[in-house]
Amino acid sequence: MKNSIKRFKESYLFYSFKRDKTAMASFVILVIFLLLSLAAPLISPYNPYDAKTTDLMNAEIPPAFMAEGTSEFLLGTDNMGRDLLSTMFYGLRISVLIGLGAVFLQATIGIMVGLTAGYMGGKVDAVLMRIADIQFSFPYLMVAIFISAIFQLMFGIGSFEQLSVPLLVVIIGLAEWPVYARTIRASVMGEKNKEYVEAARVIGLSRPVIMFRHVLPNTLTSVMVISTIQVANAVMSEAALSFLGLGMPVTMPSLGSLIKSGFEYIFSGVWWITIFPGIFLILFVLVINLLGDWLRDVLNPKLYKG
Amino acid sequence: MFAFIVRRITQAIFVMLIISLIGFAIKNKIGDPVRDLVGERVTPAERAEIRDRLGLNDPFAKQYVRFLKNAAHGDLGLSFFYKKPALEVILSKAPATMELVLGAGLIIMLVSLPLGVYTALRPRSFLSRFTMGFSTLGVSMPVFLTAIMLIYIFGVQLHWLPSYGRGETVDLFGNGWWQSGFFTLDGLKHLILPCVSLASITLPLFIRLIRSEMMEVLESEYIKFAWAKGLPPMRIWMVHAFKNTLLPVVTVFGVQIGIMFAFTILTETVFQWQGMGYMFLEAVERSDISLLITYLIVVGSLFVIVNTVVDILYGLINPTVRIAGRK
Repeated sequence: MKNSIKRFKESYLFYSFKRDKTAMASFVILVIFLLLSLAAPLISPYNPYDAKTTDLMNAEIPPAFMAEGTSEFLLGTDNMGRDLLSTMFYGLRISVLIGLGAVFLQATIGIMVGLTAGYMGGKVDAVLMRIADIQFSFPYLMVAIFISAIFQLMFGIGSFEQLSVPLLVVIIGLAEWPVYARTIRASVMGEKNKEYVEAARVIGLSRPVIMFRHVLPNTLTSVMVISTIQVANAVMSEAALSFLGLGMPVTMPSLGSLIKSGFEYIFSGVWWITIFPGIFLILFVLVINLLGDWLRDVLNPKLYKG
Repeated sequence: MFAFIVRRITQAIFVMLIISLIGFAIKNKIGDPVRDLVGERVTPAERAEIRDRLGLNDPFAKQYVRFLKNAAHGDLGLSFFYKKPALEVILSKAPATMELVLGAGLIIMLVSLPLGVYTALRPRSFLSRFTMGFSTLGVSMPVFLTAIMLIYIFGVQLHWLPSYGRGETVDLFGNGWWQSGFFTLDGLKHLILPCVSLASITLPLFIRLIRSEMMEVLESEYIKFAWAKGLPPMRIWMVHAFKNTLLPVVTVFGVQIGIMFAFTILTETVFQWQGMGYMFLEAVERSDISLLITYLIVVGSLFVIVNTVVDILYGLINPTVRIAGRK
């Protein structure tokens, strides 16, 4: 354990992290966001899921710094009388949960397909990659919108709302796996003719062992790079679906559905229900993207060795 | 070359068949054509009789073949809500969406070309740094938030621009199909905000693409030679460098037009723009399955056609593509 910490401290990754102010700042903000989402039930002043504490009479109270605001609700309340700050913390929690879950699912499907296609080659490769290519030629958001529209019709709106978190994970996971499959396949193609794979084959290891224990670890660099960007994408997709009314219900809002419910009130000058969750969402996605850019530059050997 | 085109078209037809199969399976499993025809107030016995007469008890494969035959004749079923052929409903909504995409495409070209070239030529200037920073922010900004903020600033606060609907339109062909907003002041005003928000999705990408392509070309030998010959800078930048950055940009532009169609669903929802995307969401709310499936098939074919044409054109321009594809 101590050894690996030392190794990490001396690594190029840590070295360039220390020198890059943008990366450090983004990392700090990202950690704060993740802590907020983890600790949402502990730090939120109110529980937005508890109908007893919310009162419709409190609806649309402006933030505390405005003339009509009260110090009870720091960022004001939403259209259902819930404390906006607490609802945002809980919403962030849902967005993070769905984002990570969806990326995990994408990565699992993508790694399976990409590894099999790349290592087996031949007909298996042709069939699997053709499927991935076809899906890849359609924008992922379109695919996600279609799948969720169909799920909503299949399950009915009632049960869709009850199951919305796992369903959204499945929807976004199914919509974006080709990104992983293509990347993994490309790196497997590069790895599989190297001597260590040949050596493993010569000593008689079975195919799955070579694939998962020997080839897969060497493709994980590219997985790491796309994973950061994919988390940002998944969070954005979830927000877009929820905004369209195909995602999280208003009773259990994610950041996207909060923005949607606020949008209906923006013409009457009630801007905070939309703008605060919006800023939250943009900032969250922005820091992930900045970290992803940094990671790509650092881990791309062409750039730093050449 | 001929073989390449044939292979590409076969693949396109294959993809279309898959899309139609998915569409038909959905319609078959969760749709109810009897309800689409006669509504809810019919006795179960009559229902069963209608089902039988429509051939809904036939095997899946037989029904699918019939579906394909009808689709080839342009019949994709009736819309439950509009009581009209679904294809007709979608085609009547298409012009509004096309105008949105067209306007956004124009904005992208007019903004990204000069900015991309400028940031490549003067990478260290203030404007370039500002543009690059802004494009990172733009990538992280969901389109519906851009749209909402534009509405709030220009619509609600400043009252400069209208924030929903299409405004006054002109009948373009005299048959009421293409109602255009491009030819009246009011229509143009209504177009600005939706087009700007739709353009904002891909604008950062294009600025970055043009910039990196241009920078690469500027490093090449023939540009150095042009400098050595003493050509005026404008001629080197515009005639020698810029022309050669256009090929990849045009290809990406073709694909991105398709992606913009997907994002029209979001933009049209925010601006209540009566186009195909808005209609799609209404169809979901009304469980109008025939209309949904028709949208799936129409938009799917649009993508397949655009991708195929772009691929074939690219194969014509750049021979390495079609040679690499050959086995």
